[in-house]
Amino acid sequence: MENKKLTKVDLIFENDGTCATTVLDKIKAMSQDDIIMEMIDSGLKGRGGAGFPTGLKWKFTKAENSFDKYIVCNADEGEPGTFKDREILDTVPSKVFAGMTIAGYAIGAKVGYLYLRAEYNFLLKKLNDKLDSFNATIKDKGFDFRIEIRSGAGAYICGEESALFESIEGKRGEPRNKPPYPTVSGLFGKPTVINNVETLVYATMIMKYGADNFKKMGTQDSRGSKVFSISGDTPNAGIYELELGMTVEDFVSDFGDGDTKAVQVGGASGLCVPRKKFADMIIGYEGVPTGGSMMLFNSSRSMYNVLKDYLEFFAEESCGQCTPCRVGCQQLLEGIEAVKRGEKHPSYLESLKKLAETMKLSAKCGLGQSVANPFVSIVDNFREEIIY
Amino acid sequence: MAKYEVNLKVNNIPVTVEEGSTILDAAKKLNFRIPTLCQHPDLCVAGNCRVCVVEQKGARALPAACATPVSEGMEIFTNSQKVRTARKHIIELLLSEHNTECTSCYKNGKCELQSLANEYRVNENDFIKLVNKKTYTIDDYSPSIIKDDSKCIRCQRCVRTCTSMQFVSALTVAHKGDHQKISTFFDKPMNAVVCTNCGQCVNRCPTGALVEKNYIDQVWDAINNPNVHVVVQTAPAVRVGLGEDLGLEPGHRVTGKMVAALRRIGFDSVLDTDFTADLTIMEEGTELLVRLKKALVDKDESVALPMTTSCSPGWVKFIEHKFPSLLPNVSTCKSPQQMFGALVKTFYAQKKGLKAENMVSVSIMPCTAKKYEADRPEMRDSGFKDVDYVLTTRELAMMVRQAGINFEDLADEKYDSIMGESTGAAVIFGATGGVMEAALRTAYEIVTGREVPFTNLDIVPVRGFEGIKEAKVLIKDVLPEWGFLEGAELSVAIAHGLANTNKLMAAVQRGEVNYHFIEIMACPGGCLGGGGQPIPTSPEIRAKRMEAIYDEDTHMAIRKSHENPEVTAIYEEFLGKPNGHKSHELLHTHYTKRKGY
Amino acid sequence: MTDVNVIINEKIEKFGKERQALMPILQGIVADKNYITEDELLKVAEALDLSAADVYGTATFYTFLDVVPRGKYVIRVCKTISCHMAGKDEIIEALEKTLKVKLGETTPDKKFTLLQANCMGWCHKGPVMLINDEVYPELTSEKAIAIVEEYIAK
Repeated sequence: MENKKLTKVDLIFENDGTCATTVLDKIKAMSQDDIIMEMIDSGLKGRGGAGFPTGLKWKFTKAENSFDKYIVCNADEGEPGTFKDREILDTVPSKVFAGMTIAGYAIGAKVGYLYLRAEYNFLLKKLNDKLDSFNATIKDKGFDFRIEIRSGAGAYICGEESALFESIEGKRGEPRNKPPYPTVSGLFGKPTVINNVETLVYATMIMKYGADNFKKMGTQDSRGSKVFSISGDTPNAGIYELELGMTVEDFVSDFGDGDTKAVQVGGASGLCVPRKKFADMIIGYEGVPTGGSMMLFNSSRSMYNVLKDYLEFFAEESCGQCTPCRVGCQQLLEGIEAVKRGEKHPSYLESLKKLAETMKLSAKCGLGQSVANPFVSIVDNFREEIIY
Repeated sequence: MAKYEVNLKVNNIPVTVEEGSTILDAAKKLNFRIPTLCQHPDLCVAGNCRVCVVEQKGARALPAACATPVSEGMEIFTNSQKVRTARKHIIELLLSEHNTECTSCYKNGKCELQSLANEYRVNENDFIKLVNKKTYTIDDYSPSIIKDDSKCIRCQRCVRTCTSMQFVSALTVAHKGDHQKISTFFDKPMNAVVCTNCGQCVNRCPTGALVEKNYIDQVWDAINNPNVHVVVQTAPAVRVGLGEDLGLEPGHRVTGKMVAALRRIGFDSVLDTDFTADLTIMEEGTELLVRLKKALVDKDESVALPMTTSCSPGWVKFIEHKFPSLLPNVSTCKSPQQMFGALVKTFYAQKKGLKAENMVSVSIMPCTAKKYEADRPEMRDSGFKDVDYVLTTRELAMMVRQAGINFEDLADEKYDSIMGESTGAAVIFGATGGVMEAALRTAYEIVTGREVPFTNLDIVPVRGFEGIKEAKVLIKDVLPEWGFLEGAELSVAIAHGLANTNKLMAAVQRGEVNYHFIEIMACPGGCLGGGGQPIPTSPEIRAKRMEAIYDEDTHMAIRKSHENPEVTAIYEEFLGKPNGHKSHELLHTHYTKRKGY
Repeated sequence: MTDVNVIINEKIEKFGKERQALMPILQGIVADKNYITEDELLKVAEALDLSAADVYGTATFYTFLDVVPRGKYVIRVCKTISCHMAGKDEIIEALEKTLKVKLGETTPDKKFTLLQANCMGWCHKGPVMLINDEVYPELTSEKAIAIVEEYIAK
């Protein structure tokens, strides 16, 4: 399989104060379809974690016949281990707004909403100030588009796109049944493009440098670069933009502390990669996909504690509406605790793995469906630590 | 817009359904039953419980059959190994957060979760019992409804019923994750919130989390007490529902069997609420005519019109909470149940030589709100609690079973006299539009001296399941004393279900509509769809009960309230005249403004 | 403390009288005094023509929309994995001692409420805490105490 060496990139945080305005001038001269074609051609996939091709999302939404359409920027970055969107919003907000404007122009939306998690309220004033001048700028440039900010109020599940819509609409952030998908019926029941913060900045940069330059980076399945949030047992914790397609081993040799036993790729809902699989595992859609969270654990860490932490998080942050997720998360948590205390036989872990599989198959949304990722990968690779 | 057809396969069998149908619909068309819990034919789709998951060829996850629309070429498997495993897990998960003391549960044998557990032969001990790790309190403050969260499976049928169907919103989903629960405003007890006691949530709860407060033991005690005379009255809609809980198909009229069963159970007098339904028509019809006269002749602007009915206690509590400014519009007539209660311990006692303090008055109602109504402090005009115990149709069915009565084989019997005689007009009180029809049959004839101008007395425009119905009746060639009504067009409206009611009353409040008389029933379909009726209740079943009601009307010898000989007699012997002094003392009431949550 | 009707009217002016104004209104009340009272929820429900229970259900879904009394300063220490590994337990312990309350409690003078919350997006700089909307990353026990003491002096 194709893989790339670890290469640092400077695209997202590229220090260019006029980037947003020059790009907007450029796209104003392009047709909606040309913009969408360029996006499809770039191979950009959603950087929030799910990895849906961004250009296609835009294309589907543009194709919908509706007077009202919306573009929503998902800034409800709540995945444990992920913090890059905060940094992006703090340092290059106008590139985010530009991405929203490009998407809005391409699909024919007149309003864009940026949904900011409550934990980032301290950014709110700064963002609103920037936004006021940005809205004025695009108005001057003749875009029939404006952006508003909406705040979350402490609910991880609102990062799920349909839950986020519900929240903006003033309701409990409970995911909807799908289909219909947002491209058909999203915010206020209208066709909606919802993209992650980082995805929108990449849209801006692709419009600036062209799809050809973007897709030179990365692999066949994972084009371009990605911003990583790196934390845990590492001397180099922080935010890094890296080309996609490196192996976990490559990553660990740069970021590990020399004693890395596992890397949690993709946050609490992602996969735990143990040392023995570092060499084979490519970071990207062909291997371990990720919203950018890379959490490193060295041999001093108990993977039981790690898993317990994750499960407590999910049990609390499940919206609670569907059975597999609401009850399943609690059962997985209570289950490993019972095994640890010796109240349940270690073979109970097999029952729990089967339950995790059912959650993956039958939960209503991505939250419940992805709890199996950390559960199975940690239980399989660190079974002794769970039991003893 | 024309609907497209969609072709798909369910368990390898091709089927064609309309676009927009769900996988559940398609499977049903092929007679494949997919188990469901949160789904209910009266409610919008939730897709919460996930019991109905199926396998879709080519899809990674298992879609919920109730919430997933069909698409062309779809291949669905309803019973694959994957599906069975997931379903079994889901049922086990639900059981793990459910208080499974089934043998002592009121819903034992009638619980949808229990029957699914039975069907899937689940091993309850597979997962850790979460219910034991949480503290639950049982809310039994309401005289009508008991809410036991330890039995709740969070399907949210109750919340959808309370918010969408009834527009009451006493119930809500609160908190999230492992703390998520069905709650009220600040988790206050059910008797302290906007709950109308309609019991539609109870009728839809798949488990024992929401049940009626039952008074079966108290009634048995009374029956077995040789020193008390136990009188029972039966509401119109009970006779078209009861059979369903005793082995008969929906739509059976079981009036005669019910009377026979009540005697065998041991009630001392088996009487009919229909008698006071007829009396209600006399009182309420007169009240309407008086209000019209005051408004039209005396130009008295203080008269509140339109006048609304008052026989549905869920509706009465609804307006007390939601439209208190319209309370003067509500007829001051007590409901038939309470008129009956007040008369039984006065008039009936007198006639039969009984002492009111030695009487216990029981009513069988299709309704849980009637339990609350009987408890209202205003309802003691006999000097005692007018109605001591209210049992739902379901509770009566339970008593019939407990008594070991083979219901299906009972020969029909007749109600006792007095207060057992009734008319077709009274029977149709059990259906939406029925009170209106009965009132029109009588009022029109009083005013004109002629029968209502509808074939066979069937006032078809006020019948049926349309949410809000309207009708106009031209009044001409009136009798001399009603001259002020000559040429008037009486304008009426009917709403059933509280969501429809809310729409109608909001329009009244805004002054957008001009009616003289409005009939409201809190429950969909009227009392026949009451919260105390057999479970399940669905649009289909309500339609069958309605057919039975009108069938009963057609078969009655007398079909107009004012022709009920016992009604005539009670005015001559006891009450005097409609809306007279005695009537006001015993048969009329007043209302209270209540909090908005 | 701002009168709730002022907040309601201000938000309705900006966001309309539709349901989408609900979150901004609730957030506005919380921004003002960190929690929402029963009476305030009723007024919000009335202003937006929503049921009181529905508004209660919505508020309780969100961790930051508290409907139980909170102090003037709500301290939320992140409890999720990275901050856990970085020593959030010691931070909480230090704050419990300084404020003389247990986790979840409010000081008798109603000035501080000590809570923990899920991931706040500072995993590379844990442990982290929020005091109302202000964020304090890279905490040590000493640092946390010093920060809180500044608030005590306020």
